[in-house]
Amino acid sequence: MNSQTVIAAEHNVLLPATYDIVWSTVCLVIIGLVFWKKVLPLFQKVLAERTEKIEGGIAKAEAAQAEAQRTLEQYRAQLAEARAEAARIRDDARAEGQRIVDEMREQAQAEANRIVAQGQAQLAAQKAQIVAELRADLGRVAVDLAGRVVGESLEDEARRRGTVDRFLDELDAVSAPAAK
Amino acid sequence: MLAASEGGFHKPSIEEFFPGALLFAGTPFEINRIMLIRLVMTVVVAGFFLIAMRRPKLVPRGVQNLGEYALDFVRIHIAEEVMGRDNGRRFLPLLTTFFFLVWACNLAGVIPLFNIAGSAVVGLPLVLSVVTYVVFNYAGIKSQGFGRYLKNQLIPTGVPVYMLPLVMPIELVSTFILRPFTLTVRLLANMMAGHLMLVLFFSATSFLLFEASALFKPVGVLSFAMGFVFTLFELLVQFLQAYIFTMLTAVYIDLAMHEH
Repeated sequence: MNSQTVIAAEHNVLLPATYDIVWSTVCLVIIGLVFWKKVLPLFQKVLAERTEKIEGGIAKAEAAQAEAQRTLEQYRAQLAEARAEAARIRDDARAEGQRIVDEMREQAQAEANRIVAQGQAQLAAQKAQIVAELRADLGRVAVDLAGRVVGESLEDEARRRGTVDRFLDELDAVSAPAAK
Repeated sequence: MLAASEGGFHKPSIEEFFPGALLFAGTPFEINRIMLIRLVMTVVVAGFFLIAMRRPKLVPRGVQNLGEYALDFVRIHIAEEVMGRDNGRRFLPLLTTFFFLVWACNLAGVIPLFNIAGSAVVGLPLVLSVVTYVVFNYAGIKSQGFGRYLKNQLIPTGVPVYMLPLVMPIELVSTFILRPFTLTVRLLANMMAGHLMLVLFFSATSFLLFEASALFKPVGVLSFAMGFVFTLFELLVQFLQAYIFTMLTAVYIDLAMHEH
């Protein structure tokens, strides 16, 4: 204790001994190098990896979300398109049906008209034929009858025909207004 | 420790901090108890972090968790909080080194058999303060240029011109002289005081319980309880001083790099 007390007089707690500085520096350098060169770079690396992983995960999730959104929109667009298409087809079909009905009706009408016209024409032709036949018969009968009545034979054929015709025309003229 | 061998009440004294040489006596590489404690704590800190971050995994396990927790404390609560992200990263090695070196050396003050902080002798606080001093001046000059740095340090904004003759010397002394001095003394004095308090309580306990008359034994118990409480308090102080030292280093560097 005595020897230490003697030295104590030289000790000032604020004045460092050389060895104190030396060993402090040594400790500082050792710890400093360990952190600076080894521990912190490894730490920063693992931190960066972690950050990247997290951000990468978020980016991936966002991409997936965007993809899903896009698909949904696509699907909706397709659905709307399909609906429009269906409506269009329905309208087309309806119009087509209408058109077919109209066409058929027209055709039927035309056919009916044609048949009626044909019938009328036939009727007219038959009538004309019958009138012509009747006229010829009537002329002959009338001439015969007249010949018998007057006893004379009318030899001149041309004259006879002219007389008959004239007679028939007169008959027509008389009967036509009555027929109408 | 001396009390047991020599008997009587061992008064804590300044001599606690100048133990006899163990190796290389008289040379600049003299090793005494305290130097040995520093070296052991250095090896412990370096070893712990080297093992913790030996093969760091993306998902930390076990000791890596603990290591990252400790490193993150300095990174987030000191470096990035004071200096921002970029500068924080730049000075992170320095701040991390300071914090763990100081804290480990402080902790030796309550570790049984060591019983004295490696930072309770002026060398370590002084060396670290000198490093801080050099670094903050260097950072300031590098980021602003010498003239602008000096001007920004000596002339606070918003001070009227007629006050400058008064303000400038104060700023000069406080920034360039008091900063390293207070940094050194704050840590040193705290650790010395803590050690002296613990020595006082425990040597008193030893004396009162084993050597003084039976009448004093209850007082010895009280002294032991006080020693225990102060040990816990020392744990807090040791952490706090390491934190303050590192925090102030960061603040000084940050102040030097910005106009204010």
